[in-house]
Amino acid sequence: MIRLSRANRSVLSEWWWTIDRWTVVAILALVALGIILTLAASPAVANRLSLNSFHFVYRQAVFLVPALILIFGVSFFTTRQVRRLAVVVFFGGLVLMGATLLIGPEIKGATRWLPLGRFSLQPSEFVKPAFVVLVAWMFAEGARSKAVPGMSLAFALYALFIGLLILQPDFGQATLITLVFGGLLFMVGISWFWIIGLGAVGLGGAIAAYQLVPHVASRVDRFMDPASGDTYQIDRAMEAVQAGGFFGRGPGEGAVKLILPDAHTDFIFAVAAEEFGVLAGVLIIGLFSFIVIRSLLRALDETDLFVQLAVSGLTLLIGAQALINLAVNLNLMPAKGMTLPFISYGGSSLLALAVATGMLLSLTRRRVHAGAQPAEWRAYA
Amino acid sequence: MVGRSKQTQSEAAPRLGHDLIARPRFAAPRNKTMPEMTRLDSGRRRIMLTVVMFAMAFAVVTGRLVVLGMAPGSGGDRLVAIADNVGPIQRRDIVDRNGEVMATDIITASLYADARKVMDAQETARLLAQALPDLDQASLEEKLSGNRAFVWLKRDMTPREQVAVHNLGQPGLAFQREQKRVYPNGSVAAHVLGGVDIDNHGIAGIEHYIDRSDATTGEPLVLSLDLRVQHALQTELQIAVDEFSAIGATGVVLDIHTGEVIAMASLPDFDANDPGSASDRARFNSATLGVYEMGSTFKAFSVAAALNSGRVQLSTEYDAREPIRVSRFTINDYHAQKRFLTVPELFMHSSNIGTAKMVLELGREEHRSFLGQLGLLTRTDIELPESGRPLLPGTWTDVSAMTISYGHGLSVTPLQVVAANATLVNGGFGVQPTFLRRDGAVPRARVLTTETSDAMRALYRLVVERGTGRSADVVGYPVMGKTGTAEKARAGGYARNALLTSFLSAFPANDPKYAMLIMFDEPQATENTYGYATAGWNAAPVTSRVVQRIAPILGLRPVQSWSSPVQSASFATAE
Repeated sequence: MIRLSRANRSVLSEWWWTIDRWTVVAILALVALGIILTLAASPAVANRLSLNSFHFVYRQAVFLVPALILIFGVSFFTTRQVRRLAVVVFFGGLVLMGATLLIGPEIKGATRWLPLGRFSLQPSEFVKPAFVVLVAWMFAEGARSKAVPGMSLAFALYALFIGLLILQPDFGQATLITLVFGGLLFMVGISWFWIIGLGAVGLGGAIAAYQLVPHVASRVDRFMDPASGDTYQIDRAMEAVQAGGFFGRGPGEGAVKLILPDAHTDFIFAVAAEEFGVLAGVLIIGLFSFIVIRSLLRALDETDLFVQLAVSGLTLLIGAQALINLAVNLNLMPAKGMTLPFISYGGSSLLALAVATGMLLSLTRRRVHAGAQPAEWRAYA
Repeated sequence: MVGRSKQTQSEAAPRLGHDLIARPRFAAPRNKTMPEMTRLDSGRRRIMLTVVMFAMAFAVVTGRLVVLGMAPGSGGDRLVAIADNVGPIQRRDIVDRNGEVMATDIITASLYADARKVMDAQETARLLAQALPDLDQASLEEKLSGNRAFVWLKRDMTPREQVAVHNLGQPGLAFQREQKRVYPNGSVAAHVLGGVDIDNHGIAGIEHYIDRSDATTGEPLVLSLDLRVQHALQTELQIAVDEFSAIGATGVVLDIHTGEVIAMASLPDFDANDPGSASDRARFNSATLGVYEMGSTFKAFSVAAALNSGRVQLSTEYDAREPIRVSRFTINDYHAQKRFLTVPELFMHSSNIGTAKMVLELGREEHRSFLGQLGLLTRTDIELPESGRPLLPGTWTDVSAMTISYGHGLSVTPLQVVAANATLVNGGFGVQPTFLRRDGAVPRARVLTTETSDAMRALYRLVVERGTGRSADVVGYPVMGKTGTAEKARAGGYARNALLTSFLSAFPANDPKYAMLIMFDEPQATENTYGYATAGWNAAPVTSRVVQRIAPILGLRPVQSWSSPVQSASFATAE
């Protein structure tokens, strides 16, 4: 192995000394856990669908290589390159989302996927991180110069994206994007007056969804009052967590994966808790909280508003999605089709997450400028 | 440097290095000329808030996970997949009064299929039919070729069968652990125990009682039955049924003081482990559900009613010279004496005429209420759901009273007869029959006087010493009792050659402890009985055989000499 000296000014050396290595380790750990848990959970599902036992494992492994390339490749980008990538991905993704509506097959009542040979692509997954970066950029530009209508542009991007998501329809992603957008507004420093106002609008939207969209209403009702409807998946998931105990039932000994349709995607956490116990569950939650809190703390030290907002937004995106999935698995909130980042099966999701983490790693690299100074230097100011 | 673009910043950054000179200007107090800085500062607080919220959210999720995962009862062998399909309940065992197991649960495996996982239905069905020859290949194939996630193939398999199916190695087949009720004694007390359905719910007998009671699980249920006595009674009855080519037989042994049923048999019987293969007649409990016109044994209740009234003495005589003609009926005597008979004589010679006249003198209403006090007119409240309701005459006329006096025109269950008989010989106390062991004090309610009870003992003993019941006696265990031979009611009248013979008894006569009824359904005459098929030739000798076997089991001491009440009572018997 090459010894990378700090004096070495090559691109690789620069990267090695500036990258947030702890976050890299945590993300790689999650990806590895994802493969192990897909091995645990997916054969049962594949057998039910009369597929090869390791169908989902192979496919996930196939996506792993481009995913790792994307994570490390994008992490080499400069801030400006990240922004350019976001622009390309965002608008390219929007076009593909439009195409999805026109030519995409309807699966489980929604048109979210574009068939690509043996695989299918979910463009909205890729649009998510690009959207976050673009919004952060708009906010930063708007704050920097009155000439740029950053706030209005950000809202326009949001409306465009949300509109396409609702047309699919994909209320889960729409909720997540709204949450992240709200978080960004909050962190950019809008006044509490507007926060409360927008919060009320968001609440109104949620109530409207409850009133107008039958399956949203049904899910909320079943969460509030389990007796009111079928709570099969979540009941089995609860039993799985309880059956696991502290050390779990052991690898392959789980039973919940045999009956849950979404054992390898939305409910993979329950499978993990059953087979590997509370211990594994705490490890997974711990890795997510480590990544989220460490990245946000790094954002805290940033002096560049764009970088700060983009890092916070991407962290928010990954963290909120993980939290929603965990909360659903533990019956803390109504069922919501949300995958667990890095862990759940899903090619588009994994590749999009690779782009997002690549951007996150790139933006959290220590840039050699004033903002990177240790805190005590600022104290003299 | 104020308001420099990020482009210039990021491009300039490598050259600037840690620009100490630039710091003070950056950290200048907030003012409107540096909007980015003010945003950064208020933004930092907001980010800090976000960090705190995330930390709290993750803590909540972790807490929830730990609470769920570490909850009591979690971990271990809990089965998730079949959580909504747990096996049937573990039923409480049934034991006899000495703690011998009469019914218990064992774990068995039941075979089911997930038809969606079966690869080759035809092949799987063929192999299964080979391994389990009692299953039909065609219906197996039909079950396996569907798309059903769950279909039973065979319930409650033996371990040998389970291994055979397991070794087939066919996908889609699986076993479900189940509880199966087993009755280790087979047909012994099968009618008392009853049975359970395929899901272990009690459907008959004591099993049904368990389901109705508060406790279906837990401590074993202790019956009043004595397994040894039950077995002796059942085998003796079976020998006799074969000997006399009878359709069936009924036997009841009852503790006359507590009302506990010590043994109860109804032949033909069935294997409690396989009730499905038995006939309806075999599953029928003739001892508690069947109601019969008992015939002459019923005279005991009529005599007791008369004596208990105080208006009839043992020495009272009745004219039995001529048959009684009432409207279209004629009441005749089988062992006609053609003379005046005292009460002991009419009982001993089983005179229908004398008994009918005695009951008429007593009055039909008093006779009826006495039978009611003995519990012969209403359904007996016992643990078994199979309790027959007596068949009463539509209107209780004098004619009814006369026929009922010698056991025709009123149908009761054998158990009711034995319980009423217990009252006659136990000193006069009412008896509530039960199939559960009585551990506490038994409530005693006087039904008849001690004198009447003593007289009944003497009369019963008289029948054995000098009357139709001579063959019932046992050396060392003196028996007392009354024979009864009834013609079975057929459409339009009574069948002369279809008899219901019975011997109602109590033993030991020196100190009565148990009451017993032995009854045969259509026994035939044999060479040894000289062509007779009446009770004295079958029910009475079988009573003797049963007493010989069970009295030692019941812990009774044989007596060398005892003073028979027949002598001490010095009856007016004009032979």
